[in-house]
Amino acid sequence: MSKHSSFAKWQENELRKSISRFPERKNFTNHGGDEIPRLAVPAEIDDAYLENLGFPGQYPFTRGVQPTMYRGRLWTMRQYAGFSTAAESNRRYRYLLDQGNTGLSIAFDLPTQIGYDSDDPMSRGEVGKVGVAIDSLADIEVLFDRIPLERVSTSMTINSPAIVLLAMYVVAAEKQGVSAEQLKGTIQNDILKEYVARGTYIFPPQPSLRLITNTFQWCSRNMPVFNTISISGYHIREAGSTAVQEVAFTLANGITYVQAAIDAGLELDVFARRLAFFFNCSSDFLEEIAKFRAARRLWARIMKERFGTGKPASQMMRFHTQTAGNTLAAQQIDNNIVRVTVQALAAVLGGTQSLHTNSKDEALSLPTEESVRTALRTQQIIAHESGVANTVDPLAGSYYIEQLTDRIEQQASELIKKIEDAGGVVACIEEGFIQRQIENSAYEFQLEIERGERVIVGVNQFQVEEKSRTPVLRVDPAVEQEQVKRLAQLRKNRDNISVGHALENLERAARSDENLMEPVLDCVRKYATIGETCNVLRQVFGVYKERK
Amino acid sequence: MGEVAHLINGLRKHDPRAIGRAISIVEDSGESAEILLSSLDESLIEQTLVLGITGPPGAGKSTLTSRIISHLRKQGIRLGVIAIDPSSPISGGAILGDRIRMMRHALDQDVVVRSMAARGRLGGLCSAAGGVVRVMANGGCSTIIIETVGVGQSEMDIVRLADITAMVLAPGLGDDIQAMKAGLLEVADLLVVNKADRPGAEMLAMDMEAMIRNRKSSHETPVCRTVATEGTGVSDLVAAIGSIDQQHRASGEHQYRRKKSFQLEVIDRALEIIRPELFSTLKNLDGKHELDPGRTARRLVKMLLLK
Amino acid sequence: MTEKSSKRYRVLVGKPGLDGHDRGAKFIARALRDDGFEVVYTGIRRTPEEIAAAAVQEDVSAIGLSSLSGGHVRLFPAVVEALKKFHAEDIPVIGGGVIPDEDVVALKKAGIIEIFRPGTPLKKILAAFHQACESYHHKAFR
Ligand code: B12
Ligand SMILES: Nc1nc2c(ncn2[C@@H]2O[C@H](COP(=O)(O)OP(=O)(O)OP(=O)(O)O)[C@@H](O)[C@H]2O)c(=O)[nH]1
Ligand SMILES: [Mg+2]
Repeated sequence: MSKHSSFAKWQENELRKSISRFPERKNFTNHGGDEIPRLAVPAEIDDAYLENLGFPGQYPFTRGVQPTMYRGRLWTMRQYAGFSTAAESNRRYRYLLDQGNTGLSIAFDLPTQIGYDSDDPMSRGEVGKVGVAIDSLADIEVLFDRIPLERVSTSMTINSPAIVLLAMYVVAAEKQGVSAEQLKGTIQNDILKEYVARGTYIFPPQPSLRLITNTFQWCSRNMPVFNTISISGYHIREAGSTAVQEVAFTLANGITYVQAAIDAGLELDVFARRLAFFFNCSSDFLEEIAKFRAARRLWARIMKERFGTGKPASQMMRFHTQTAGNTLAAQQIDNNIVRVTVQALAAVLGGTQSLHTNSKDEALSLPTEESVRTALRTQQIIAHESGVANTVDPLAGSYYIEQLTDRIEQQASELIKKIEDAGGVVACIEEGFIQRQIENSAYEFQLEIERGERVIVGVNQFQVEEKSRTPVLRVDPAVEQEQVKRLAQLRKNRDNISVGHALENLERAARSDENLMEPVLDCVRKYATIGETCNVLRQVFGVYKERK
Repeated sequence: MGEVAHLINGLRKHDPRAIGRAISIVEDSGESAEILLSSLDESLIEQTLVLGITGPPGAGKSTLTSRIISHLRKQGIRLGVIAIDPSSPISGGAILGDRIRMMRHALDQDVVVRSMAARGRLGGLCSAAGGVVRVMANGGCSTIIIETVGVGQSEMDIVRLADITAMVLAPGLGDDIQAMKAGLLEVADLLVVNKADRPGAEMLAMDMEAMIRNRKSSHETPVCRTVATEGTGVSDLVAAIGSIDQQHRASGEHQYRRKKSFQLEVIDRALEIIRPELFSTLKNLDGKHELDPGRTARRLVKMLLLK
Repeated sequence: MTEKSSKRYRVLVGKPGLDGHDRGAKFIARALRDDGFEVVYTGIRRTPEEIAAAAVQEDVSAIGLSSLSGGHVRLFPAVVEALKKFHAEDIPVIGGGVIPDEDVVALKKAGIIEIFRPGTPLKKILAAFHQACESYHHKAFR
């Protein structure tokens, strides 16, 4: 095919359609007035180009998921954060929205993430520590009080009890007069990476997968624009994996979810477009850029070749990115701003849809407001000053980048094959294969630092004497007592008989193969707590224990 | 030695600290270990049931052990668990992780768990295991479960030490099991096909049953199916273990095994004592080496006995 | 193999509380193993009481606790308290993880002998474990 015909076809179809729906933000010119090309392409477009790169917004999406990428709309700058109590967080979210933010990203405390109530003995000392504490619908009502849920897009980092929090969100919206149909946002809902990297699992893999397909199914009928899962490599990488392992394990998890949904009788092209991904961006600048491109291409090929979908919306991998917290040092913390800049730049050059930039005090405590601002400013500088957002996939065609993209795709797909040959992701988690791979990579990496083979500026070279450290953010311990008191009130004031009925009904449904979303919605409406709800499921499903 | 007396007293009172300390002393062998072991109450040791749990890595030994513990605890039995993991051949260190799966019993004072490193010993046990069994018995444990290192091959020391040995298998472990099959039936009193929730489990179980039928033997080896993660099949397994134990005690097999186990351990110990002597005698023989090691060995032993 | 050092030290590495950050703890456990220690690893999400009970049963010569999610203020001292209940407060406890400066003094006062934070060279950490084990044995087997 000649350059002319395929390029022209793309311009006439994908590009024109995209621009008519989302006009570009402005005319892009440099200082001097020269127009900046939207998309640079090779002088001669051959089959290999079309097969491996293609045009942005077109299979295999190597060059990005939208034809105009950031010229149409910048990536979403979404900072993940949580704040002690629902009331405190609500104040904070409303402030952010007043400032023009359109996306919220909610961090929950550990008891909530593991399905314990704030008054559970296991929760002692952890309530509201690393995120907001949610015990029941009452807290969610406070959390979203006076926040127009039909307009904001909400991202919730919740996994094993995701179905419960999703139900709470739906009911809170309902009470505001907002229907589920209108709700926008993402729920992480990715249990498989919890077993290998993140640690907030509750139930064993099989029933957990069922909860996930139950939410897929319910959402495809009732929440058509809500992302029902965020398949996450971020945590896998933070736990110490390599870039290739990050891609392979994440996509293997993705395959597992898609297969589970198909097996549950769901329609591929209905749920596949609601899958979102979440990656890490670490310090190896060029490798990271290639990684994103490789991941996009590999996923598109998997969706097309393995699952047989021809729909672009089902093939394209949209993802959120976060810079790599584990690369940020406790020593000379201003250096972290530079690290985050390099990483954020790679994420943008790799074509991310949204981005969280870590704060310079990452290794000391939860970030202070000031350091969060600097992190956000870093993104804004990249967006508005660096010029990299003015043209699409600018590094395509670099011999090195393309080679690296090919290599990562190939190595990742080999690793995926290995997992499948060994019985698939669930079997490999039970056997410990994935955990061991990650641990080995993490151990080697750390030993390289210890031996000085890998230089970390300010840590194992170029050190200075530092005096006392910067002030750190602390959560008031009174938050816990306050929350426990609120919960005691709730247990006293609600209709406990109907709570009991709702929980019994949930137990019955859990023992059958019914979709659990409705029974959970019912529990939530009756103000059953997250602990009570999860305990019913623990009874039926059992609990998972980590592999040694 | 005051300390040993103190520890023996602690064992009698089921004091966890004393039990832990006594086990360490036995593990590090040496003089105090000998004093300690020889001061133990033999009758307590005779009454215990020593159950060996062996099988390939990842078959579910620890998970199953934890379930068996729950079962026996309901019957009010105080028990001990020895969980053995391999030592690093390079550093000699070890990571002992079997306990993770048994942590639900962590606060139960009547479940005495001890993780041990194999310390260079092959065959799935550690040298001190026998001594630790005796200490636990004196610490009031009437059943003692030994989880061996995940062994892939047929060397299974556990059968020497345990009254009853259960071999845990699981589908999907592939070649390991194929390689083991041959030796399996000779050593295990009981086969457990765990992960019965997984595809291939029933095939594996039927395979095993067919092998047992084909073997001409007086007693038959039961095949139990379990899902250790859910607890399915565990009560049947425990019942099967109980009935084998009864049979063995009634037929004298139990007493015979204990005696043999004792003898083998004595021989092992004796060999350990002689080993350095052999080396020094061999040095004296230096220069007069013959080409055939077998013949040299015979000469060596003769010299040693003459000494 | 045991010739190199006649005494093999047994230590426990544990993570009290709900914190799931185990990269550091696993690194420490493995590094200790590769330095010749026998390491009982109890995994994530254990209560202080469970960790103390395990340490006593396992008769370890030192305990290493790891915490990154801010729970150390309650959890590390709680392990020491639980050890007291078993009359085992002589087992030295070493801590590590994301721990602010101001907390170090309080933790040491509560009986944690050393605190190691991100960026500490491994050599220092291994040395601390050796020293803790040696001094424990000195006291325990006088
Ligand atoms: C990696 C990481 C993750 C990974 C963890 C992967 C894993 N399996 O471990 C992922 C992405 C899953 C994760 C998730 C979360 N994280 Co995180 N995470 C980090 C990060 C970036 C690095 C930690 C790390 O592994 N470093 C590498 C290892 C090798 O170093 P290390 O653990 O510090 O260990 C060294 C020393 O500390 C010491 N050490 C550590 N333990 C011990 C023990 C002993 C005995 C000794 C002697 C020494 C020692 O020696 C080690 C070697 O030098 C830190 C920030 C940072 N830079 O430290 C945040 C951080 C710890 N996370 C944080 C938070 C809030 C979370 C979440 C709770 C967020 C949320 N609300 O959901 C979740 C929940 C996770 C959970 N289940 O608990 C906060 C904690 C805030 C606080 N303390 O106030 C931090 C500090 C980031 C921040 N500034 O906000 N996280
Ligand atoms: N599906 C399923 N998984 C199981 C079952 N029993 C154990 N497992 C899983 O298998 C893995 C290994 O279990 P362990 O109990 O650690 O196995 P092990 O034999 O003690 O392993 P090693 O001590 O390493 O040799 C874990 O992930 C368990 O959750 C079962 O019955 N069914
Ligand atoms: Mg085991």
